[in-house]
Amino acid sequence: MEKLIENWALRRSWVTLILSVLLTVVAAWGASQLYFRGDYKVFFGAENPQLRDFESMQATFNKSDNVGIVIAPKQDSVFSERMLELVWRMTEDAWQTPYSSRVDSVTNFQFTEAIDDDLLVAPLLEFTEDLSPEKVEKIRTIALHEPSLVNKLISEDGRVTMINITVQQSDDDQLKTAQSAEIVTFVRDLVARYDLQYAGVEFHLTGVVMVNNGFFEEANKDASTLLPAMFIAVILMLVILLRSFTATTGTVLVIIMSIAVTLGIAGWLGYYLSTATVNVPIIVMTLAVADCVHMGSGVLFNMRNGMHKNDAIAASLALNFKPIFITSATTAIGFLTFNFSDVPPLRDLGNLTAIGVILAWWLSITIFPAFLRVLPLNPPAVAEGKQPMMNRFAEWNIRNRGWLLPVSSAVIVGFTVLMPFNSINDVAIEYFDEDVALRQDADFMQQYLTGFTTVDIALETGEASGVNSPLFLQKLESFSSWLRAQPEVDHVFTLADVYKRLNRNMHNDDNDFYRLPKEQDLAAQYLLLYEMSLPYGLDLNNQLNLNKSAVKLSVTLHENGSKEMVAFEQRVRSWLARYYPEVNVSVAGVGLMFAHIGERNMTSMLWGTAWAIVMISGLLMIALKDVRLGLISLIPNLAPAGIGFGVWAVYNGNVNLGLSVVTSMCLGIVVDDTVHFLSKYKHARQAGKDAEQAVRYAFISVGKALWVTTLVLITGFMLLSLSDFNLNSDLGLLTAAIIAIALLVDFFFLPAFLMLVDKGETYQEVKDAN
Amino acid sequence: MRTNWVRFLMAACLSVSVSAIADDATQQKGFDIAKQRKERDVGWGSSESSNRMILRDAQGNESVRQLRTQALEVQGDGDKSLTIFDQPADVKGTAFLTYSHVDGADEQWLFMPALKRVKRISSNNKSGPFMGSEFAYEDLTSFELDKFRFNWLRDETVNGVALHVIEATPTDRYSGYTKVITWLDTEAFRPLKTEYYDRKGALLKTATMSDYQLHKDKYWRPHRIDMVNHQTGKSTTLAIDSISFDTNLSVDDFTQNSLKRAR
Repeated sequence: MEKLIENWALRRSWVTLILSVLLTVVAAWGASQLYFRGDYKVFFGAENPQLRDFESMQATFNKSDNVGIVIAPKQDSVFSERMLELVWRMTEDAWQTPYSSRVDSVTNFQFTEAIDDDLLVAPLLEFTEDLSPEKVEKIRTIALHEPSLVNKLISEDGRVTMINITVQQSDDDQLKTAQSAEIVTFVRDLVARYDLQYAGVEFHLTGVVMVNNGFFEEANKDASTLLPAMFIAVILMLVILLRSFTATTGTVLVIIMSIAVTLGIAGWLGYYLSTATVNVPIIVMTLAVADCVHMGSGVLFNMRNGMHKNDAIAASLALNFKPIFITSATTAIGFLTFNFSDVPPLRDLGNLTAIGVILAWWLSITIFPAFLRVLPLNPPAVAEGKQPMMNRFAEWNIRNRGWLLPVSSAVIVGFTVLMPFNSINDVAIEYFDEDVALRQDADFMQQYLTGFTTVDIALETGEASGVNSPLFLQKLESFSSWLRAQPEVDHVFTLADVYKRLNRNMHNDDNDFYRLPKEQDLAAQYLLLYEMSLPYGLDLNNQLNLNKSAVKLSVTLHENGSKEMVAFEQRVRSWLARYYPEVNVSVAGVGLMFAHIGERNMTSMLWGTAWAIVMISGLLMIALKDVRLGLISLIPNLAPAGIGFGVWAVYNGNVNLGLSVVTSMCLGIVVDDTVHFLSKYKHARQAGKDAEQAVRYAFISVGKALWVTTLVLITGFMLLSLSDFNLNSDLGLLTAAIIAIALLVDFFFLPAFLMLVDKGETYQEVKDAN
Repeated sequence: MRTNWVRFLMAACLSVSVSAIADDATQQKGFDIAKQRKERDVGWGSSESSNRMILRDAQGNESVRQLRTQALEVQGDGDKSLTIFDQPADVKGTAFLTYSHVDGADEQWLFMPALKRVKRISSNNKSGPFMGSEFAYEDLTSFELDKFRFNWLRDETVNGVALHVIEATPTDRYSGYTKVITWLDTEAFRPLKTEYYDRKGALLKTATMSDYQLHKDKYWRPHRIDMVNHQTGKSTTLAIDSISFDTNLSVDDFTQNSLKRAR
């Protein structure tokens, strides 16, 4: 294999280069088929039970995806002529929102009133000409006493209101993303217009469509800021490390080709891009640099030592072929175990990065040497010393091993035991950083108006018109009251309120009759009358199914945490099971889907991580040809993740989807350090040296390479941590930390540990394959 | 979904280009066609029919409503109709009376047997769904020329049938539509297909009329109308199971008092 590559890449450099470029272009062409999916649904596989419940609920009761325009006058209350005029006008204009199916606001709330013997159903504010101080006062009184409005479309104090636009978007992924952008553009324009006309009014945009569009916008931002920044950082590092124009250019070429072909293959295979996969280029770039640095610095080192260029290239290839392969393979395995995840974008992230890593490996042993061959290459004049710093460090390390081992062990154990203090938490809106407008808007709404999370609860009676039965209505009423008494509940939208209001209307607005109708046919006929009186877009289809066997309640929660959400769902289910066992319950919502996915995904990723440990350690043992060293390496390979998550528990404590894959990924990456260190160590031991001398040898020969590659990796992942999308930034930050910790473990713990456990024994003389 | 979108785009582009060339001549022609349609349907007197509405949601679940309708042609004004609900059981006997008017808002009353009272329904609901179906009232009330402005778009042949395509713009602010496009056959001026565009100008629904039957040798009635909502994926089929034009109905059978007696 090595010979084959040597023959091709080195003897026929031009052919190799031209062929590779052609192949790259063909492969990369596939990238034109990539499209971005800005949709929270990408996080859920088709088989996800919560997604299925949610979709079935949407198919029965219409889709409920929305944009909310939160309106807050800075001075006065919403109940002034000026503000009501604003809300009325904006409500009218909001009907023009693309794909909108209904618009709900305080002004178009369908108020029912008994006038003489007639039931008058009309918007709370029908014409702005009607506005007068008396009318304003009347609207205020009605709105602030209407349970379907208070804490949802109007705050209790009447200072903040919301216009809620419900949209029906396509089920086609590509189309839906474009539609979201269209909707958001329209609503933003609308707000901008009113912002100009009405001074002293604050506007905030929230809702599922805003979140979906946020995924798209943040990914775009990452791709247009972080990616170029990473390119610049990589070039800078290469210039400093290699100090050779040709080698730097060759590395950049390898990086660009790796990325282009990875994305191309992704396109050909029908992948789509998401907030998670949009950063695959950065990760591939980060990982690809190391391969070329190893190859390139080998060539330059050989040339400085007097070798002819072509021989220097061949020698470097021979020396680095195996280590580069092993480290790439372990990294790829780490990423491939993402396939255990329940979250499609994480699987995609793992697969695409694995493809990129393998490509980078292949290109760095084919194109890269060929490129070096055909272009002039001058090694930098600076002669490298004998790494006096690493030398001194090795001596210091050996001298201080007496306390280094207990102290580093204590640190490892001390932080690792903190790991369980992390808790799984996935909240879609909290994936966005606090400086993203979307997040700020959502926080404003949560603070002043109503919670961000809605949970829909459908009660299926199993018989047509079952909803109208007095027994069911009683249960619905007591369930609604129970819901309202729950501490995390801000608002309950329930049909029980409508029945009570109608019953009162039918009895000349007598408050004594604000209760449920007692006969089924009476309830049914009230409802029919009401339904017949509602205008376009404000019907009851979002609460009742076709044959009125099922009703849907919408509950707004101000508590978003995964644990709390799941606990709430459990309480709802057990209440209903206890008091209303015969009703068929479904509970669904976007927030709930995210609340469950964290747990589901973590369970499956634990298996992924276990497999990563087994496979990577196995590969390591094969590579080192030493089971004992392989077992010893488990500690420096696993401890960094343990410490990292322990530190995370102190620093943040919330583990989201992005972090669930960090252990597998880091294992694949940090194992490289151990491979390099241990193989040099073993090399020295086999040469008859004792543990102390072997440690010294390992430090001197790979110490610098280790911290240099670590620096590159940290730079790449730290850049990722600058993303405003927390799934990516948390992943980047923790990975960077773990990689840094891994180096510390390899430098401070591993040598002392080896000198303790590997005392005195002699190694069999085995021909070193390295 | 994509094909719908493309179709919608094409329809939108077409209508933009067509309305751009709307002039007095095409408007006159549109009006003349609509007038023909109206004139072909004059003199039927009164009718009694038994109907079914089959509602379907996006998942294909169905629900059936049974109703009977008595209708009376009113010369010089909109028709009067009385609809009695037979199913679902808990609204059985509920009766719905409408006076449609050429000028001004229609009038509507509902008799609720459980309450034994007649309630007037405000008329700004004409855009709302009829009994939870995909039909709005305004899709079901009698066709009156004064409620629209017309424009002839084109003539075309579909499946060998020559058709006029006319656009109608509702004049009432309470209408839920910005425009309604109807395909009528050139021979009998029967509407075969209607597209409804919502307030933002997007295609909302399509009605397809089929199973046309000739009554009293003169009056064509579609015995089946399929209404599909493109935005929600729901649909409703309205089927006439039987219809008779030989009734003894008079104005007296369409009053609030007769509403209470209706069974």
